[in-house]
Amino acid sequence: MSSTLSGTMGGAMSVTAAVQVRDLGKTFTLHNQGGAELAVLHGVSLEVRRGECVALDGPSGAGKSTLLKCIYGNYRTTQGSLIVGEGENAIDLATASARQQMAMRRTTVGYVSQFLRAIPRVSALDIVAEPLMEDANGDPDKLVAARRAAETLLLRLRIPVRLWSVPPATFSGGEQQRINIARGLIRPRPVLLLDEPTASLDADNRITVTAMINEAREQGAAIIGIFHDQRVRDSVATRVVNMADFK
Amino acid sequence: MNADVSRAPDSSDSGYNFAYLDERTKRMIRRAILKAVAIPGYQVPFGSREMPLPYGWGTGGIQVTASIIGRDDVLKVIDQGADDTVNAVNIRRFFTRTTGIATTERTVEATVIQTRHRIPETPLQDHQIIVYQVPIPEPLAKLEPREAETKMMHGLAEYGLMHVKLYEDIARYGHISTTYDYPVMVDGRYLMAPSPIPKFDNPKMHMNPALQLFGAGREKRIYAVPPYTKVESLAFDDHPFEVQRWEQHCALCGAKDSFLDEVITDNDGGRMFICSDTDYCGQRRENLAAVPANVAEAKSA
Amino acid sequence: MSEQDQPILRVEALSKRYGDRLAVDQVSFDLWPGEVLAVVGESGSGKTTLLNCASARLLPDSGRVDFLTRHEGVVDVYRLSEAARRLLARTDWGYVHQNPADGLRMDVSAGANVGERLMALGERHYGRIRQEATQWLSRVEMQEDRIDESPATFSGGMRQRLQIARNLVTRPRLVFMDEPTSGLDVSVQAKLLDLLRTLTHQLHLASVIVTHDLAVARLLAHRMMVMKDGRVVEQGLTDQVLDDPQHPYTQLLVSSVLQP
Ligand SMILES: Nc1ncnc2c1ncn2[C@@H]1O[C@H](COP(=O)(O)OP(=O)(O)OP(=O)(O)O)[C@@H](O)[C@H]1O
Ligand SMILES: [Mg+2]
Ligand SMILES: [Zn+2]
Repeated sequence: MSSTLSGTMGGAMSVTAAVQVRDLGKTFTLHNQGGAELAVLHGVSLEVRRGECVALDGPSGAGKSTLLKCIYGNYRTTQGSLIVGEGENAIDLATASARQQMAMRRTTVGYVSQFLRAIPRVSALDIVAEPLMEDANGDPDKLVAARRAAETLLLRLRIPVRLWSVPPATFSGGEQQRINIARGLIRPRPVLLLDEPTASLDADNRITVTAMINEAREQGAAIIGIFHDQRVRDSVATRVVNMADFK
Repeated sequence: MNADVSRAPDSSDSGYNFAYLDERTKRMIRRAILKAVAIPGYQVPFGSREMPLPYGWGTGGIQVTASIIGRDDVLKVIDQGADDTVNAVNIRRFFTRTTGIATTERTVEATVIQTRHRIPETPLQDHQIIVYQVPIPEPLAKLEPREAETKMMHGLAEYGLMHVKLYEDIARYGHISTTYDYPVMVDGRYLMAPSPIPKFDNPKMHMNPALQLFGAGREKRIYAVPPYTKVESLAFDDHPFEVQRWEQHCALCGAKDSFLDEVITDNDGGRMFICSDTDYCGQRRENLAAVPANVAEAKSA
Repeated sequence: MSEQDQPILRVEALSKRYGDRLAVDQVSFDLWPGEVLAVVGESGSGKTTLLNCASARLLPDSGRVDFLTRHEGVVDVYRLSEAARRLLARTDWGYVHQNPADGLRMDVSAGANVGERLMALGERHYGRIRQEATQWLSRVEMQEDRIDESPATFSGGMRQRLQIARNLVTRPRLVFMDEPTSGLDVSVQAKLLDLLRTLTHQLHLASVIVTHDLAVARLLAHRMMVMKDGRVVEQGLTDQVLDDPQHPYTQLLVSSVLQP
């Protein structure tokens, strides 16, 4: 199966779809639990084009987050292929080298996880600005611009200025989530993965984030997300995919 | 002095060979000396022999001298610049008894000069050999205790560590405080410990017409500076090498250009400065005696 | 940038035996400019032996180490002359020891420790050496006025900072580190990790870090390699290995700590 798929990498499909999941399987083997096998994903096929926002639906434990993590390369796939990016930049995560995966994360795929992983002693502003600062290669003008962009996002997401210089480890759940969103969106990328980005947000911030997601999509991002909140899902999703359909 | 040695006034029937060492040992040491001359500043290991003197007395220098000295040589022995210290007297007597050769206190008359702590003020000539007694031949020893590592450093001419020591001096005292055994580069290649001579004497090693040999008995090393070889004292661009200077002149001969020792003259803290090189001082005074005005001037200084 | 197109360090099939014990068994990896690779595994798994073989401090029994030099292309490190290898080790490479006393000269001042590499490269201006040392002390967040103090009077954390400054003064592009934060108090450790993270980032340092602490790997490393009995049992992006470990041994390692 995967051999025929790799043949499509330079083909017509890869030009239009930013993410192509083909017959994806993910099984966890728990070696320390007597080798128990947990088949979480099986036969998942999905294509997402730029300008689309696909909402993953399905009950808790259906494997929605697992799928996003596979597309981000955080989890390794056990079966099938997972082509991310377009044209020359397209890589199959099932076979890509670590270096290709790192490049993919830098240039192609943004991921807003459910929980923020704070870095000790790094301020909220710098955590948000980091993806742009990495691109700056030490250029002082670009570093300033990166901070500016981070400030603009933090303002829009109503993070009080007094918190900008504070490491977010002590922030509230909603504040941490907004830091995570800002970090995920600061650098426009062709693919955006969102795992319940509004779960702990108040109404005003939920509306802001919804608007930001739509802006990203209109600017050409291919978005795959998990949105438990019906209102958010209705206002951002162009398509809903139910995990149950794959089984 | 050792009783065994005192029983050997003449080599012919004393049971001792000429200059105490047997000929095989001398040849072995001479080979080491030749190698040392061929690689200026490089420490050549040699099979150091037990001498009838304790190590601190300069057995390395004595073995070198014993290996090179011949019946026509004239030997001078100095210690701290003086010919009359116990150490100098004993070594001179040792060679007199084991060789029967002539000795002198005059630098210009000597063909071989064995020294501890000084280079004579009177410039050496190309027919002379100066033999230094060396306690610690390895200039990096205090900084890097592993011998394999110091060997490697010499092999690769990695001498940054020596400057670390000089850096420390400046950081601590504001200037390079090393005054004795001040490290030198020989012929732009080997870092060398000049033995515990004052840094005042370092410039004399540079392009010296005499052959300079160094012997370390306990550490079993011989090294050399051949005649007319470049010897450069290490320093920093902004802290250049400088020799000691004195406000005073020699109280005995009036010399302004020699290394001076401070001598306490009485119990009330009275002191004076005199040449550490006794021969140099004596010669100057002899010469000056012909010109009484100068002597008077020197004494009043 | 053509430099980006090839690994800065390429380790191929390194093996090292101690008696009949195979400490490192056919280990290979590539390291790219600016990349931080963590090597994890239990004690005795061969991490430090691998680090020492890769950094030319310990002759491996077999295998090869290629390094992308600044100006002369790729060199086979073990084919270089001893002189060239040592020059490389004190200019373009750094090595941070677990015990700072092993990487410092404990009997000379902080300034001399930092300045040593410069002097080894022929710097002969005291004022410039001192100025450079001062800058590096502040860069590793040490008080500049401690420049003339002996590291013997410093705390463990400060000694480790000094060791780092001493290594970085020649702007190396590759730094090997052996458990750089272990043996320090937790709070001191956190600050040092932060410093290392900032420095590797700012200086675009490639680094191989041996650690048994998965949190250190999580924080510093782009990629990680898990070793067991001298062999690499698993490798990948750091978050991959930690969040979705495949090998039984890695799973055990990850499950035995809280939230690495
Ligand atoms: N790293 C892992 N190791 C072992 N099992 C895992 C791992 N990650 C997820 N799982 C298992 O995979 C299954 C799917 O989990 P996943 O988080 O993808 O569900 P989800 O659809 O996102 O659920 P929710 O809606 O509750 O967030 C669960 O049974 C979970 O326990
Ligand atoms: Mg989930
Ligand atoms: Zn005098």
